[in-house]
Amino acid sequence: MRNALTDEELHELAAKQTALGELRGTPAVDPVNVPMIRHWLAAMGDENPVYLERGLAPPAMAQVWTMPGLRRAVKDRSPVDELMAALDASGYTGVVATNCEQVHHRYARVGEVLTPATRFTSLAGPKRTALGVGFFATWNITWYAADDEPVAEMLFRVLKFRPREKKPARTPYPLRPAVNQDTAFFWEGVRQGELRVQSCADCGLLRHPPGPLCPQCRSANRSYAVASGHGTLYSYVVHHRPPVPGRETPFVVGVVELPEGVRVVGNVVDCPIEEVAVGMPLRVTYRPMDDELVLPMWTPGEP
Amino acid sequence: MSEERDVLPELSIDLTPTLVVATALATMDPTPVHHDPALARAQGSKDIFLNILTTMGLVERYVTDWAGPAAVIRRIDVKLGVPAYAGDRLSLTGAVVSRADGELTVEVRGAVSLGDHAIGTVTLTLPEGEDPC
Repeated sequence: MRNALTDEELHELAAKQTALGELRGTPAVDPVNVPMIRHWLAAMGDENPVYLERGLAPPAMAQVWTMPGLRRAVKDRSPVDELMAALDASGYTGVVATNCEQVHHRYARVGEVLTPATRFTSLAGPKRTALGVGFFATWNITWYAADDEPVAEMLFRVLKFRPREKKPARTPYPLRPAVNQDTAFFWEGVRQGELRVQSCADCGLLRHPPGPLCPQCRSANRSYAVASGHGTLYSYVVHHRPPVPGRETPFVVGVVELPEGVRVVGNVVDCPIEEVAVGMPLRVTYRPMDDELVLPMWTPGEP
Repeated sequence: MSEERDVLPELSIDLTPTLVVATALATMDPTPVHHDPALARAQGSKDIFLNILTTMGLVERYVTDWAGPAAVIRRIDVKLGVPAYAGDRLSLTGAVVSRADGELTVEVRGAVSLGDHAIGTVTLTLPEGEDPC
């Protein structure tokens, strides 16, 4: 297992691989030949007669002659592999080809044996892309005929990217709480798994639901306390009708008395409706309704 | 030489599974995403899809279909876009963007239902009198 490299180390490795220059690969197993050309033309639907008439390979076939095919074991040593492995180990596991540019000096002739040579050209990044943050890696392959005559060249560029973490998107819950400057602290608390109760910053009185003024001393200075999360059921209704979007009926809406001295409205869950009873002990539970919204609810529980 | 004739006729290719697999074989590419639908889907693809060697081959074929057997391909530059899945259709369109000293540059766009699969240019030379325009 390789170690993850920093972005700087990746650039250093890229510079090292670039400095290796062009590395010769294994010559093609088969010379440029008519059966493979015929097969390729038929698959592409290419009816250009020039290739078979004149014993020439279609230029876009350049890479085909040196593909390992199913002979994986004969894969060539290449200055690209080490960098690709380092990018994988550093979290840039996604890959997508972005550019393929071929230069054809001449058409390869039937009977010629082509030899590939690969050089690593550049690493650019990290860059923000639609797929995620990633590096663009570019390399060049040249195919040589006998006497080192270059027949074709290809630039190939891939984006190696860090795949975004995908969470299965849940259908958004259709009802949203009204979050405003009086209530934002409460919903922020819910997100953090805290049941917050507004308090007067002057006289200390707890109040719920939140409001702008202290009913006892009229102060507008407020703060909050974090409740223990326990309570008892003070009152409740069972809602059968009308239907509520996003909810299955029947459900229980309770008024829960907290030991801190305020009452909070919330659903009573995880309890058969016939077992719901005034005075039952409850504890708060935080239920994700969709990818964003969490609602505090109440479940049976001893203090 | 009219402006109208500077536009290549559209070529529409049905990307049947047979074509995707046959071209993968003809280009010596045994990567499973080009022939094994179950594995392609398991890796998050909709289906098997064309390999890049085939995209290059089809772009070349599109231009030589139009330019004729006397054309000599000099460069093929392709920017790769969305995958070309089996069951989709690849529509190739093109236009001559420059012509000088017997060298033509043709801009090619290969579109599938998801958007542009390949955009690029092909540069070719033609002996005198063989220009299809």
